[in-house]
Amino acid sequence: MKLSSKDLLGIKDLSKDEIILVLDTASGFKDVLRRDIKKVPALRGKTAVNLFFEPSTRTKTSFELAEKRLSLDVVNFAVTTSSVVKGESIIDTALNVQALGAEFMVIRHPSSGVPHLVSKHIHASVINAGDGINEHPTQALLDAFTMKEKMGRLEGLVVAIVGDVLHSRVAKSDCYLLTKFGAEVRLIGPPTLVPLEMESVGAKVFHDMEEGLRDADVVMMLRIQMERQDRGFFPSTLEYARYWGLTTERLSLAKKEAIVMHPGPMNRGVEIVSEIADSPRSVILEQVTNGLAVRMAVLYLLAGIKE
Amino acid sequence: MPKELLDKKDIDRILSRMAHEILERNKGAKGLCLVGIQRGGVHLAKRLAYKIKEIEDKDVPVGSLDIAFYRDDLSIRKEQPQVRRTEVPCELTDQKVVLVDDVLFTGRSIRAALDALMDIGRPANIQLAVLIDRGHRELPIKADFVGKNIPTAVNENVEVSLEEEGKEDGVTIE
Amino acid sequence: MNLLIKNGHIIDPSQGIDGVGDLVIENNRIKEISLERKGKNSAEGSASGLQGFRTIDASGLCVLPGLIDMHTHLREPGFEYKETIKTGTMAAVKGGFSSVCAMPNTNPVNDNSSVTDFIIRKAIQEGACTVYPIGAITKGQKGEELAEMGIIYAEGCVAFSDDGRPVMSSLVMRRALEYSKAFNVPIISHCEDLDLSEGGVMNEGLLSVTLGLRGVPPEAEEVMVARDIALAGLTKGRLHIAHVSTAGSVRLIREAKARGILISAETCPHYFSITEKAVEGYNTNAKVNPPLRGQEDVDAIKKGLKDGTIDVIATDHAPHHRDEKLREFDHAPSGISGLETAMGLSLRLFEQGVLTLSQLVEKMAKNPAAILGIDKGTLKPGADADITILDLNKEFRVDPGEFVSKGKNTPFEGWVLKGIPVITICKGKVHE
Repeated sequence: MKLSSKDLLGIKDLSKDEIILVLDTASGFKDVLRRDIKKVPALRGKTAVNLFFEPSTRTKTSFELAEKRLSLDVVNFAVTTSSVVKGESIIDTALNVQALGAEFMVIRHPSSGVPHLVSKHIHASVINAGDGINEHPTQALLDAFTMKEKMGRLEGLVVAIVGDVLHSRVAKSDCYLLTKFGAEVRLIGPPTLVPLEMESVGAKVFHDMEEGLRDADVVMMLRIQMERQDRGFFPSTLEYARYWGLTTERLSLAKKEAIVMHPGPMNRGVEIVSEIADSPRSVILEQVTNGLAVRMAVLYLLAGIKE
Repeated sequence: MPKELLDKKDIDRILSRMAHEILERNKGAKGLCLVGIQRGGVHLAKRLAYKIKEIEDKDVPVGSLDIAFYRDDLSIRKEQPQVRRTEVPCELTDQKVVLVDDVLFTGRSIRAALDALMDIGRPANIQLAVLIDRGHRELPIKADFVGKNIPTAVNENVEVSLEEEGKEDGVTIE
Repeated sequence: MNLLIKNGHIIDPSQGIDGVGDLVIENNRIKEISLERKGKNSAEGSASGLQGFRTIDASGLCVLPGLIDMHTHLREPGFEYKETIKTGTMAAVKGGFSSVCAMPNTNPVNDNSSVTDFIIRKAIQEGACTVYPIGAITKGQKGEELAEMGIIYAEGCVAFSDDGRPVMSSLVMRRALEYSKAFNVPIISHCEDLDLSEGGVMNEGLLSVTLGLRGVPPEAEEVMVARDIALAGLTKGRLHIAHVSTAGSVRLIREAKARGILISAETCPHYFSITEKAVEGYNTNAKVNPPLRGQEDVDAIKKGLKDGTIDVIATDHAPHHRDEKLREFDHAPSGISGLETAMGLSLRLFEQGVLTLSQLVEKMAKNPAAILGIDKGTLKPGADADITILDLNKEFRVDPGEFVSKGKNTPFEGWVLKGIPVITICKGKVHE
């Protein structure tokens, strides 16, 4: 069993079996991460280049560490906005990187579709680390891994995703993955930020947070981005927190054993109160650990795909 | 047409003998840890531990080792080898580790297993127990405990089937 | 140039002609048309006196008045790397067009007489077909102050448009519609409410959400169509709606016409041939403004063409350099290089029974000429010898590499189209 494409561009392109393969492989890597020597020589001698066109600390560090744990040589291209403005096209940058001998290109870009564009022009494996408001597949995979580990299954799980779904690549990738596995996905947020079109993908849209959280197994909070407020999607963070912030009272509507997730970084006091973020029901830090194992699994599995 | 070399009874007798040999060489079960190489070796390691318990009434820890990451043929294989669990329940350092595998052939799997073990800890010594040694070593590796030596041609295939995998116990050659 | 075109299927809706016959051209003007009667060709008589006349055998071919594209971007002056008047008109001729109207969003903008003059002179010298400049409505197309419409009209502009951009201020649009009445030329409106379309790069809907691309709702176009219709009613100015793309716009225009408002409208081949699905895979060649819409919109546009709500098929030919399209979808410029596929795509409407051939010629020759007030689009005796000869049965596979236009940006690559212009006659030349 192997992955069918040389790239990981999105959950939309993965079959259920491929997702299961990644999650199973990630279990094996989680074992490696528990050891004293957390490194394996599996991808020794190969090179990974991290092309981050958008600032990112956690995803970038996570990928970098995953690459190093697999004994990959790592090169970081921190592309500032000015060098992009200076005119080198994306394709040129990618071709130059490939000429350096990279077998893996991990790309994060503010425009949707850039990893897809690059993958058409290079032989190396392209991993989408987040493109615009389209997808963030490795985040969805690590979220699924965490849910499966904690709740034992994905099928039939009631997962509430709360926040700016319209602009959240994390929410979209999670939604595509969970609906593939028969989970019940509820998207909760203000009407300006939760598109009704997502119901065509298999989710249910709620604007009433209390109703949406009722009996949920998983509550995933999305970061509210301040730029959205400037563009008139909602009038103020105060109002947003009042209607769609996760408080202890609201969380009590979910199941007793429900877990709380967040892709990070958190706006404490806006979308999530500190009491919950620091409580044992929050698995936010485990998501980070699992992220490492999942990204190692993705790199490992893609290495076996020759064009 | 596969030819049966050993049947269920043969395997059972062989394992009993090997268990005795392991205890004899190590002067008892103290400080021993059995580590089976995924997948065939894992079941055999468990059986050996069971036999040791029968003989010496001592519990010997049993673990599993996945060697996928340490293989030397990753770049030439058509598919990535499947990754399985590695659970080593004993603190390896200063322990006597008996690696268990079903078939010893070129020796490359054992080399990979040695690398994996070294990354996990620093055993006092590592011994190797295999059910079948079919010759054709490509590396200087030798088993300490051998169930049966079977001379083979390089292109022949030796298959060990075990009940734990849902098949009938047996060793066949094709 | 003296020419005899024999035995072609002549279609000229301006004279109600639709039959097989001969066409005689003398001194670059149409002399006469003789239709076949009872198997006898009555032009035989005068044909025998046609010495020195080159003969074109048009048996099995359609002979039409030279087609007119009301909406082309020739990019010169200022963007010659995308297209020039020379290459654009050559592409037009290949596509069967004998006249094109050049939109003013050049650099500098065609809002003054020197630019208008430059375009006209360049076109006379280098253009393969006739070029009619369209002047800007506002200075610099900024949407603030009216351009010197009278002066550039006198210089040769046949209409005014800020195309590429809308006139956002309703007051400025009102003034433009009123003022233009003095010159009796249409105001061509690019209907797009920039606030509603802000940041959008494709049609808003399920596809834009799942592709992660910001969407432009159809209402961004319809809001302004409604506004312009209201202002046309108020001012009695001549309004022409450019590149209609949505069902709602068609409905608004239909109702307006029923109420007697003086408006005309055009659509482009891509809006009745493909939907937003062409964007899948982040295909920048399908990025166009207004964006490709949904199937209901395609169907409504076909209906609008059939019942006369939409008067014109224009190309909105928008060539771009290859490198500009080979980038992030968000930042790629909008536009389709359409001159060389327009006829083939429009003939599909004939195949699908949406329009008769005669109606198609109306949309692409007679009506544009009427709206612009130019002496083209007809085969009346005395008219300029602008002729398009079509082979309805010839097939070709769309290969942008073969395009004469510098712009190879088309979403129709690989399409097999049936019916191509084999001969275009204009400016005294026969192009084959």
